[in-house]
Amino acid sequence: MADDVIETRTQTTQMTMIQAINSALDVMMERDPDVVVMGEDVGFFGGVFRATAGLQQKYGKNRVFDTPITECGIIGVAVGMGAYGLRPVPEIQFADYIYPALDQLVSEAARLRYRSAGEFIAPMTVRSPFGGGIFGGQTHSQSPEGIFTHVSGVKTVIPSTPYDAKGLLIAAIEDNDPVIFFEPKRIYNGPFDGHYDTPARSWAGHPEAQVPAGYYRIELGKARIVRPGEALTILCYGTMVHVVENTVAKLGIDAEIVDLRTLVPLDIKAIEGSVRKTGRCLIVHEATRTSGFGAELSALVQERCFYHLEAPVERVTGFDTPYPHSLEWAYFPGPVRIREAITKIMKD
Amino acid sequence: MSDPIGTGAEEGRAGRNLPPLRLHVPEPPARPGDEADFSYFDIPPAGAAPRPDEAAQPGEMRDMAYGLIRVLDDEGAAVGAWNPGLPPETLLRMLRAMALTRAFDGRMFRAQRQGKTSFYMKSTGEEAVSIGAALALARDDMCFPSYRQQGILIARDWPIVDMMNQIYSNKGDRMKGRQLPIMYSAREAGFFSISGNLTTQYPQAVGWAMASAAKGDTRIAATWCGEGSTAEGDFHSACTFASVYRAPVILNVVNNQWAISSFSGFAGAEATTFAARAIGYGIAGLRVDGNDALAVYAATRWAADRARANAGPTLIEHFTYRVEGHSTSDDPSAYRSAEESSKWPLGDPIARLKQHCIAIGIWDEERHAAMDKELAEMVRDAAREAEKNGILGHGLHHPMESMFEDVFEEMPWHLKEQQQQMLDEWKAAGL
Repeated sequence: MADDVIETRTQTTQMTMIQAINSALDVMMERDPDVVVMGEDVGFFGGVFRATAGLQQKYGKNRVFDTPITECGIIGVAVGMGAYGLRPVPEIQFADYIYPALDQLVSEAARLRYRSAGEFIAPMTVRSPFGGGIFGGQTHSQSPEGIFTHVSGVKTVIPSTPYDAKGLLIAAIEDNDPVIFFEPKRIYNGPFDGHYDTPARSWAGHPEAQVPAGYYRIELGKARIVRPGEALTILCYGTMVHVVENTVAKLGIDAEIVDLRTLVPLDIKAIEGSVRKTGRCLIVHEATRTSGFGAELSALVQERCFYHLEAPVERVTGFDTPYPHSLEWAYFPGPVRIREAITKIMKD
Repeated sequence: MSDPIGTGAEEGRAGRNLPPLRLHVPEPPARPGDEADFSYFDIPPAGAAPRPDEAAQPGEMRDMAYGLIRVLDDEGAAVGAWNPGLPPETLLRMLRAMALTRAFDGRMFRAQRQGKTSFYMKSTGEEAVSIGAALALARDDMCFPSYRQQGILIARDWPIVDMMNQIYSNKGDRMKGRQLPIMYSAREAGFFSISGNLTTQYPQAVGWAMASAAKGDTRIAATWCGEGSTAEGDFHSACTFASVYRAPVILNVVNNQWAISSFSGFAGAEATTFAARAIGYGIAGLRVDGNDALAVYAATRWAADRARANAGPTLIEHFTYRVEGHSTSDDPSAYRSAEESSKWPLGDPIARLKQHCIAIGIWDEERHAAMDKELAEMVRDAAREAEKNGILGHGLHHPMESMFEDVFEEMPWHLKEQQQQMLDEWKAAGL
């Protein structure tokens, strides 16, 4: 593992991504009395996905509390708490609900350090489950990361494993800038290979589900090479890491799979190093295509690796439609589309 | 199929025995050229408003949201249960801060007209709202102001040269020229960074107050917005949070009748008062003569004592009048009667406090004239000092590469690259 991991993996327990996130919150609340957790249903109930279970009982209602149903209010209050000196970790129950909070995130949290030249800061980590694959319909399935990567002053982090979720969340909470922490809810309880019609798997036995019980951090802005390879580079994050990994294994192709983990700041060195080596690049994300983060990745690869490319950069993404309920698996950029794209890239 | 649900609209309502619906679009009582008439305002006499106990339940004091707390009467006497009984030194300090704010506004407005900066906003007629409140709060209570509360900084003795440096966006501007003029930030003065987006500061103030309460601190928060922006969702989110957690916060609505060219009717003033917004949230609501510095002081002190006693938040409507345009960018004669300002029934806040100070024998016209002269000179000298650091657009600003600083605590690679590219391009162009 990278040298930024402080604690070794010698004493680990198996955790789901939910348990890893809960553990990160527990560790940080224990270490820092200024960390507070707030959001709809996060207190007594422990969150609709159980990510905050047990925290209110352990740390009290002054530090873990339910909020009114107003995302604008939740983030606005978190900005004020940050100005006081706290380190809030607000939860937005679904990423699809984050839009009422956009003004407080974009115009306030993300701009406060800049506009006050550092006199006030907004050190908050906004946790929010995102992405589809759970039959959530158009209001419980979206992937709005591209909205936030477009905003100066906010970092965007997306884990793909329990181990990364904990280490990245701890680093995000310790960060003095606002961080959008999107949690791929399809893989909260187990990795997903993209085959929706096969039985769901759990995290049991997955090497990245072995998680240290205590404190460790994974530096923001560092990608993870999921699988080294020579044939082509596949850039992905979140749920799609597992879909890509499985598709590549079935194809038997020697692809290099890069899990970006942080979109802003981006690990451009990892991307450049990989694409210059393989000469081919596929980008996979679940979010809609036009102006999606894949467009930025494609532009960066073209600008920096053009003379190493053997084929045009390809994108496999969600379609430019709302997330359709009954046609979820036609919308989802699954194994069929990834396989087709790999075949196309490898033809040239 | 032209009328599938049978509204009758296509047939001219034939066969439907219902009156046509009408849309009500508010219209102010007077437009340019009209005679201004404020006789429809119900203005109770000074001293008439009862003063509930600071621990009163919001439900016991609903009438306060429809009345008007007034202390100074027409003769300059301080009367009634809300008279804060301030010592002479506090009264004169209040008067001086208000006069300095007006002198500062006058000078900076002219500086904008002279091309020394891009923008300015005066608070003429509203000085009591900021300064009465600032003096009633503790120095370390946290303020989340809107853009017209420069009086708070002045009441807290913040150096006006520092404010001018910000207005000029010059090399002395601690904000590095990043913000539109008057969007001050002064952490040491308990003054939160002003946003140009309206009422975003409301939930932030509530959050600060909640943090203070959660930590067992003793400091409270106060915030201000205009009556127009009470329509923003942030206002209502903030009121809900303040009520739910009984946050130690004072929510001030400065009802100066106008939001740029939109009169208060577009925020709902035809139907109710802004103080009455508190009632639905179960928050204590007070409605105050905003041109009466003693009434503003007394109401703020009441709300501050209430908050400090863990009795919850207070929403205060300050009923006042925006004497000047919204900013240097609009001409109020294009949308409202020019007579309004002179006919405003609650007078001028500085003249009223001055009259009081003279009436109780601690002040006179000669001393007031001398103070005005002294403050004008002080402001002129400060402006000269600030102008040594530069005025907007003539070069004495922060270096261009500073544009990339403070986006994040540490500059990531993409900003470093863009910064270097900018410098290289300027160098290549021979600049």
